[in-house]
Amino acid sequence: MLQNIWLIPLLPFVSSVLLILTAGRLPRRLIAIMGAGSVGLSALIVLAVGMQFMELQTPYSLTLWVWMQVGNFAPGFSFYIDQLTVVMLSVITGVGFLIHLYSTEFMQDDSDYSRYFAYMNMFVAAMLILVMADNLLLLYLGWEGVGVCSYLLVGFWYKDPVNGAASRKAFVVTRVGDTAMALGLFLLFTELGTLQIQPMLEAANSRWVTGDTIPAIAALLLLGGAVGKSAQLPLHTWLPDAMAGPTPVSALIHAATMVTAGVYLIARTHGLFLLAPDVLMLVALVGLFTLLLAAFTALNQTDIKRILAYSTISQIGYMFLALGVGAWSAGIFHLMTHAFFKALLFLGAGAVVHCLHHEQNIFKMGGLRSKLPIVFWSFLIGSAALAALPFTSGFFSKDQILLSAFELHGTTGISLWIGPWLWAGGLVGAILTAIYSFRLVFIVFYGEAKTEPDRQPGWRMAAPLSLLCILSLIGGYFVLPLASVFPTVAQHQVSHLVEGISISIPLIGVLIAWLVYYKHSLPVEGFTESSLGKALRNFWYSGWAMDKLYDTIIVKPYTGTANAMRGEWLDRIYHGIVSLCQGSHALLSRTQGGKMRWYATSMVFGLIILVTLLGWVS
Amino acid sequence: MSSLFADHILSWMIAVPFIGMVALMFLRERSWVLYTALGTTLINAALAFYLWMSFDLIENGQQFVERVEWMPTFGIQYAVGVDGISLLLVLLTAFLPPLCILSSWESITTRLKAFMMLILLVEGAMLVVFTALDAFLFFMMWEVTMIPMYFMIVLWGGPNRVAAGLKYVIYSLTGSLLLLMGILGLSLQAGTFDIQALSQFSYSPNSEFWIFIALFLGFAIKLPMLPFHTWLPDAHSEAPTAGSVLLAGVLLKMGGYGLIRFCLPIFPEMAHSFAPFVLWLSVAGILYGGYMALAQTDLKRLVAYSSVSHMGFVTLGIFSFNNEGVEGAILQMVTHGLTTGAMFLIVGQLYDRTHSRSIADYGGLQQRMPRFVAILSLFAVASFGLPTTSNFIGEFLILVGVSYQNFAFVVFAMGGIVLGAAYMLWMLQRVAFGEPRTEAARKLTDLDFREMLTVTPLAIAIIAIGVYPGPLLEAMDSSVTFVVERLAEV
Repeated sequence: MLQNIWLIPLLPFVSSVLLILTAGRLPRRLIAIMGAGSVGLSALIVLAVGMQFMELQTPYSLTLWVWMQVGNFAPGFSFYIDQLTVVMLSVITGVGFLIHLYSTEFMQDDSDYSRYFAYMNMFVAAMLILVMADNLLLLYLGWEGVGVCSYLLVGFWYKDPVNGAASRKAFVVTRVGDTAMALGLFLLFTELGTLQIQPMLEAANSRWVTGDTIPAIAALLLLGGAVGKSAQLPLHTWLPDAMAGPTPVSALIHAATMVTAGVYLIARTHGLFLLAPDVLMLVALVGLFTLLLAAFTALNQTDIKRILAYSTISQIGYMFLALGVGAWSAGIFHLMTHAFFKALLFLGAGAVVHCLHHEQNIFKMGGLRSKLPIVFWSFLIGSAALAALPFTSGFFSKDQILLSAFELHGTTGISLWIGPWLWAGGLVGAILTAIYSFRLVFIVFYGEAKTEPDRQPGWRMAAPLSLLCILSLIGGYFVLPLASVFPTVAQHQVSHLVEGISISIPLIGVLIAWLVYYKHSLPVEGFTESSLGKALRNFWYSGWAMDKLYDTIIVKPYTGTANAMRGEWLDRIYHGIVSLCQGSHALLSRTQGGKMRWYATSMVFGLIILVTLLGWVS
Repeated sequence: MSSLFADHILSWMIAVPFIGMVALMFLRERSWVLYTALGTTLINAALAFYLWMSFDLIENGQQFVERVEWMPTFGIQYAVGVDGISLLLVLLTAFLPPLCILSSWESITTRLKAFMMLILLVEGAMLVVFTALDAFLFFMMWEVTMIPMYFMIVLWGGPNRVAAGLKYVIYSLTGSLLLLMGILGLSLQAGTFDIQALSQFSYSPNSEFWIFIALFLGFAIKLPMLPFHTWLPDAHSEAPTAGSVLLAGVLLKMGGYGLIRFCLPIFPEMAHSFAPFVLWLSVAGILYGGYMALAQTDLKRLVAYSSVSHMGFVTLGIFSFNNEGVEGAILQMVTHGLTTGAMFLIVGQLYDRTHSRSIADYGGLQQRMPRFVAILSLFAVASFGLPTTSNFIGEFLILVGVSYQNFAFVVFAMGGIVLGAAYMLWMLQRVAFGEPRTEAARKLTDLDFREMLTVTPLAIAIIAIGVYPGPLLEAMDSSVTFVVERLAEV
């Protein structure tokens, strides 16, 4: 089976190309079968590969062809499969298939059914290439490919210019990060002479020692790419806007797969990051600050999808925190469980929006518990996992991250003492997570009904929701076979107190949410309606005013100066030359005006000057 | 018979367009003119393909060489040949004209015969420029290419065509004059016009500087490099579609080709000492072009400024003096010919419908023209160097090459790539998405079969090279190595 791994990205790719070429002329049933079926087939192959891999245990690589060869530079279309890849492949094809199945019903009434599945399949193909690539250049291909598909899908409903602006922002902001990453590639290639990930990491290890400058710069540049793609500070601003796309798109791209590519990249090149402990520390800090910022913002949003978007940013913050403290497996574990429960939440939100005439404001919903029972249970389970309530999948992964942060024993700088602080910050995030996720549940599904649903989700929506519910519940018991990929981490040996706090914090959050948003018995209005409270709410609501900041310091000056220069100011130099020629032409043509007196005078003066000059010279 | 064909394949390729021109003179019927012109260019495309297939990849010198004494008193020969560097440009030159003719099928309504003859004349002259082994022949045909382009602009161009044509001619003539002085400066000392011999002669030290400058400026104006680029947006935007395609697709490439063929091998020391200056200017051009493109309101001017940005990469690659950089630069020339040519073709198809180049007159084309938008999007993402498109290969190789020189160039050039995404997507948004902004944009019809036939070969070529550039890189590898080794001797 392993020699057929090239089929995994090829199937969705072929389906996508066929859908593009037929341009919507196929019957809807066939489009649905091709769109969801191709991803389903890939998932089956991944399953078979995974089974085989459990026995084999050694990495497998396959070169299809050499992409470009000049001198030493010869990256190939080559795949590299190890346990990390298998985990990523399972998440992408498994969750991806469920989301595709869901989409076949969700998008049923859309006139661009075929275009939708063409883009979705193309996305899956690019994402698969990203995680299967054996060299950074092919990874970059997948990386840019998913970016373009994200652009196309965010702006899928193209008639509204707001969606277009959101998709452009998503692409250009992540491209800033991509550029940093590409620079990292160039740096690594010029220093190490290869882009093949495994040999490159070995070369890095033998060439540099921990703390050298060049690996630090290279790691920093790769981090730039990761930060852009995974919507972390300071490049996180695109993700909330990207919710403009269809909801299954948000579930697949902006929750389960693409946004976690940055986590994958860092995990994949962890050998390099280990050589740069300061950058690794930065990864943890970026994660911490992002998770706090996004959690505060999520608490203040009113749009169901934007709440989930900020929540995604926050949860990826946890993954970065995990990577930063060296808990690689915990980071990937959280990536997987997050893919389950966040896809579940997004698909649940999609079902709510689908059944409520495209209403997205949570304050116009309410009382949906009895009216949309399947969706209610999905949301409840998803929120429980998101809040990391005990025994849900999110609990196991987040607990590992927090304990690893607490136990961080660095050797230099701030990493000596910062561990407990990271843990405490993570706990603040955890309590906020519990509050905002159950705020959502209580407002949307309890209280009085404000909008009546006009339909119920059919089986193609209900089945993925149910399966994801199960995965969100039991996903925490999966044991990821990542031991051979990452350096071993010591077992957690923290006191019961620390563990107890970690467990009870989310429960307290749920309790607060229950008191505030269900019982209305906590007098929070006194604070939220004060001027300070309002200012803070607005500040948090706007995502800490980051958009405004970028608009003022980057976008406006750029477009302003570009518009000012539009008329090609360099031409003024050449126009100057033209004017000079015209001026001297006018001056000289005066001398030939046909006036005899003028000729005679100038002849006399000319003779005088000539004779004087001759006399002076001789 | 076969040897008459196989031994003189280059002369045949050069002769075919001229034979076609003569044939056109005797035709009156519109469809006859069109099919004859198309047939002529297709024959040449087939010959070019044959040339490529019979090209020896190992050989680093000139192949298919033909030499005939022309003006023996002055040491001037008719001498042509191809090496790996010229092969790629010959292929490009043969590939684009059929598409230009297809694009003019309906849009050229007046003086069709003359227009077709001019296209063939450009093709013939360009083929000589890229294959000439004699500097005099090279210069003569360099001049010949200018004239048909001038007439295309002033006779079939847009509203501001006369001024644009004049500007083009004045810039070109200035460049040609410098080039002529440079070539004479070489030949008078070396006593020959043979390019190979010119590069082996050692010139008097105090003349070297001036000759290099003259040649360099001549090529830089054609390329065009910042700050000599200001003729380009005007000429491009006023020229008819086929003219823009030929201008961007092949004519600009003469500049880059000249740098590789003359400046580098003849004056390696000078090239080395000028390199920092040229590299900085290239980076400035990349950023400047991208910056200006964002603000344009005219579709063709936007593409023209993106051209300036892309050609900055070409000089960046050439002056990195290694295989990666130079091969990337040549590939970038080819790929720029394909994508920018494609951009002009597709913008021209829009212009044919509404006679407006203004971005503000469109919007929401996705609704009425899904095929058009699909193709436009492909060319747009190719233009900002998305992996799997040919631009990515060119730009990436160039950046690898220049990263050996100084990493700062890579940083700035990558900035240009971000700008590329910004202006191309902004254009795409305003043209293809949202709601139509004018009545005319509401009534457009999608691309028909002929129009799809015009752009599809380019789309296929762009992706094919992007995924599997191997054959092209192999074809030029040994010739580029030859040039690079000469530079490394210094």
